[in-house]
Amino acid sequence: MKIGVLIFPGSNCDKDAVWAFQNMFGQEVVELWHKDTDLQNVDLVFLPGGFSYGDYLRSGAIARFSPIMQSVIEFANNGGLVWGVCNGFQILCESGLLPGALLHNDHQKFNCKNVFIKTETNNSKITSLNEVGKALKIPIAHGEGRFYCNDELLQELKANDQILFRYCDENGNVSDETNPNGALDNIAGICNKNRNVFGMMPHPERAVDADIYNTDGRTMFESLLQLVNS
Amino acid sequence: MKYAAHINIMPHKALLDPQGKAVTGSMPNIGLPSVSNVRIGKHITLELEAANETEAKQMVETACTKLLANLIMESYEYTLVAL
Repeated sequence: MKIGVLIFPGSNCDKDAVWAFQNMFGQEVVELWHKDTDLQNVDLVFLPGGFSYGDYLRSGAIARFSPIMQSVIEFANNGGLVWGVCNGFQILCESGLLPGALLHNDHQKFNCKNVFIKTETNNSKITSLNEVGKALKIPIAHGEGRFYCNDELLQELKANDQILFRYCDENGNVSDETNPNGALDNIAGICNKNRNVFGMMPHPERAVDADIYNTDGRTMFESLLQLVNS
Repeated sequence: MKYAAHINIMPHKALLDPQGKAVTGSMPNIGLPSVSNVRIGKHITLELEAANETEAKQMVETACTKLLANLIMESYEYTLVAL
């Protein structure tokens, strides 16, 4: 599988993503600069975390209009696989490839810690091998991760099985106490209606290497690679 | 014609505004305990060239709806001044 990792001015998780795909899973990776327009025939575009364009105006708002994103939007609209984590999720919401928006955390703090998320559905290319309901320990690092959408859209997300992950405790119980940012319905990750664009605030690419004592993020990469390679 | 636009962007009233809440909480510290419901948005000014006011308004609308405001979380209003 050939992966394209986007790099914007202010991206800071791009190397983690490259490391994960290349060194942990042996995939071919190309780095795509924000001023590029050629996606180099990649099979998946990965939008990493960070603070693209300094988070000026709103997180992801300026990145959405960079030259590379015009190609990514076209790629996604033609069914191409796109996965955004953290700032990548924010950019995908700003670009309209994913519904909803990410607001400032409800407590005004930047959260950098391990949290638990549970998989809500196997019906996606990044969760097919995950056990539904099982808590996974995945790091978060964000100040603007409070997923929000209106009631109508929330019902649509539920009806279409688009909610991929929700914040929970280590036993998979979802409550206000396990919600690190005030996200609507504890939502940590979603996909689009066509199920080819995925966004999540937690960082699975930081949880794939046994050397750092957390490999709970591996199944998402394995799900993706198994499906695409098969 | 050259115009200046003065744009106000505010978070929707139904949404929690953590910045506003934090600032409200500090009002008693400056002796103003009766101040409530502080909400914080953005004020943006810009200048543009347009043939007339209608075209200028269309340009400001485009700027607001495509980039300056995210209508899922914010609303905007503006005034236009001929320079």
